[in-house]
Amino acid sequence: MRITTALDSTSLTTRYPKTALATTLFFMLALPFLLYAVLLFTLPFNRPESLDAVAQKFGWDLGRSLYRDTFYGIVFLVEGTFVALYTAVFAGVTTWVERRIAGRMQSRIGPNRPGVFGFISWVADAVKMLFKEDLIPAEADNLLFRSAPYFSMVGLTLPFVVLPFGESVIVADLNVGVFYLTATSAVIVLGILVSGWSSNSKWALFGAVRGAAQVVSYEIPAGIAIMVPVMMAGTLSMQGIIRAQGGWPWQWFACQNPAAFVAFFIAVTASLAEGNRTPFDLPEAESELVAGYHAEYSGFRIALFLMVEWANMWIMGALAVTLFLGGWQIPGVSVEMISQTRGTDVFPSLIWFGWQSASMLVFATKTWALVVLFIWLRWTLPRVRVDQMMSLCWKYLVPGAFACFIFTLFWVMVPASVHLASGIAISLGATALLVAFALRTRKNITQVKGASVDLSNW
Amino acid sequence: MAEPVERRILRRMSPSDEEIVINFGPQHPSTHGVIDFVTQTNGEVIRRSVPDIGYLHRGLEKIGETVGYPGFMPFTDRIDYLAAMLANEGYAMAVERLLKIEIPPRAKYLRAIAGELCRISNHWVAVGTMASDIGASTPLTHALREREALNDLLEELCGARLTFNYARIGGVSFDAPEGWKEKILRYLEHLESYIQEWDRLISLNQIYVKRLANVAVISRAQAIDYGLCGPNLRGSGVSWDTRRDLPYGAYPDFTFDVPVGQGKMGTVGDCWDRYAVRVLEILESAKIIRQALDKLPEGDIMAKVARKPKPDAGEAMARVESARGEMCYYAVSDGSEKAYRLRVRTGSFMAMGIIEEMSHGLMIADLIALIASLDVVAPEIDR
Repeated sequence: MRITTALDSTSLTTRYPKTALATTLFFMLALPFLLYAVLLFTLPFNRPESLDAVAQKFGWDLGRSLYRDTFYGIVFLVEGTFVALYTAVFAGVTTWVERRIAGRMQSRIGPNRPGVFGFISWVADAVKMLFKEDLIPAEADNLLFRSAPYFSMVGLTLPFVVLPFGESVIVADLNVGVFYLTATSAVIVLGILVSGWSSNSKWALFGAVRGAAQVVSYEIPAGIAIMVPVMMAGTLSMQGIIRAQGGWPWQWFACQNPAAFVAFFIAVTASLAEGNRTPFDLPEAESELVAGYHAEYSGFRIALFLMVEWANMWIMGALAVTLFLGGWQIPGVSVEMISQTRGTDVFPSLIWFGWQSASMLVFATKTWALVVLFIWLRWTLPRVRVDQMMSLCWKYLVPGAFACFIFTLFWVMVPASVHLASGIAISLGATALLVAFALRTRKNITQVKGASVDLSNW
Repeated sequence: MAEPVERRILRRMSPSDEEIVINFGPQHPSTHGVIDFVTQTNGEVIRRSVPDIGYLHRGLEKIGETVGYPGFMPFTDRIDYLAAMLANEGYAMAVERLLKIEIPPRAKYLRAIAGELCRISNHWVAVGTMASDIGASTPLTHALREREALNDLLEELCGARLTFNYARIGGVSFDAPEGWKEKILRYLEHLESYIQEWDRLISLNQIYVKRLANVAVISRAQAIDYGLCGPNLRGSGVSWDTRRDLPYGAYPDFTFDVPVGQGKMGTVGDCWDRYAVRVLEILESAKIIRQALDKLPEGDIMAKVARKPKPDAGEAMARVESARGEMCYYAVSDGSEKAYRLRVRTGSFMAMGIIEEMSHGLMIADLIALIASLDVVAPEIDR
């Protein structure tokens, strides 16, 4: 007789699997949504007109007074804080989501104790990391060792400036947005290199050299693949690229152009490699290099490295969604319809806020779908070897991305009706593939006879 | 005083300006226990890697000379804790030969069933950890889940889940419990269908195959020269299985195939072949268990053996096909109740010799694949 453990009766997860799934999905969507909702509601205030309108209501004339600048500063500070916070919260939630998914895939339970279905476990982990000893090896280069995680942090936070989240929810819609994003996200590799070098450990050095080679190489196919939607939209602005697409799948760039469909996969593969996710987790390759570039780190500093790795998934997903999958475009609702509901008042109408929220929901859902895909890949695939990683990049992805680039040069000249036809054909094909995949998976699962574990003793 | 082994190994390293010497271990996630692979590398490419073993030496063979014949049985569990049933069996056979006794047929069959269950359980760990070393973590937990069912079955038989201490000199300690046969058959049915899912999940995964095919190819001649045994020998295409070629216990009664490496994904004797041999052996073991359960005879499970047996002066050797290859027990008796000399030869120890030869020109990730494909267990090397 086996002693009954948390495995069976007491665990909420095993008793209510559907509720557990629903709660997981709710938290996944709600948190990024809430954080950006703050941004959404503070955005109207960082315009001079809206500030004046508020002041007029109270009968003040701000003119060019100091109050005005102070208020302005506060609004920007709040917005900046929330954007920066978003990375931390998203990384935390993702650790929880990833461990839940991994537990499900690996026929184990995963975190389920603190909070509802273990949701607070990421807070507990963060607090634990904060209290751990911050150990710095005696032989390490002290200054560089201490500063390396912040290089990575900067590389993580800067791209959030141009990442869109909804129709009007973006910190700064730069006209060189895509270029800015690829440039700033590359700063992460600086953190990897510095940490590997300053640790004065052979394992860390191996990890850092692998990381540098990998990230720098994969930036080339990623950069070229990103040029495909940029050419199709005719702009480098993130919001501009999304506005050039539509809400329905056949209006997405990935479907409008066969080359963009291929470029989507190239860009996602390359971003997996840039984000050091399996199958490209060579820089930290646990079974080979112990922990790679962060082998010597502990406490809060390793928490920063891990946070960068997880939050980077949002950048990877959001970039792919923006460029290829229609961004925040709501199916059946055009951008003009949303802007018409804004009204002529200084403050937008409630309907406008409703549309904004809907667009945020669409964007968050799509991005989460990609993030879950990355998580899924991580827990399924083995790791490639370092020479295979290089040959995949230079022999297949770079030429493939160039081919897509040249194809698109001609594709932008064909009439819009061809784009529509291609969009419908590719989106139908992709749906068929997804259905076939689901059916095949179902068949594979049902082929295994009997319970996976003999539960008769429990 | 003799020079320490570490120093001797380091002296053999001659790194040029572009090379470094790095220790894989003794604490490393992929060395399968406390082993140190002193490795001279030029960047990712390995020039030479020499295993420094002995961190887990507990002097078990010497203990065997001091605790008396029955008393050593629990220690054999600790020689190879992943395949303890088979280690038990080998030792029991050696002492039985020394005592010149024949054990009852039911005991032979029970040893075979328990041994094969244990072999499946060990091979699950072997292929699971190999997948984990290549970077896929999910197959490991699935393999451990399968092993859990086997642990349950063996626990029902003898009360232990890891260190079984099941065989006795002259038989086995417990008879099969009621309903055990049906539970095993139900598991085997699941196992045979699950192997297909396993192959889809990892064995035929393109990344996995590319990582293992044509890596660290051990030719037939090399495998024999270096004295490899068990799945490592068969992976190189040598069809040798002690259960078939020098049958012992109940094995003459069973028909089964001996899977050998065929170079399906690359060259005969590459890492993938050694891996595939283990997966196929799981199915062969299932075959043997089915036959043994069908033919399981009634009767005693213990022969008449004195509480403290005193064999006549002489020597005996037993060779069993353990999960890690041929395991040899050699016992010398001087007529007292303790062995005069006891020696064990194990499969993992034999596998250590070839690593230096194979490591030249491998990449760091390949060395991990090589070590994993040899399925070494540190306590079995050092004893």
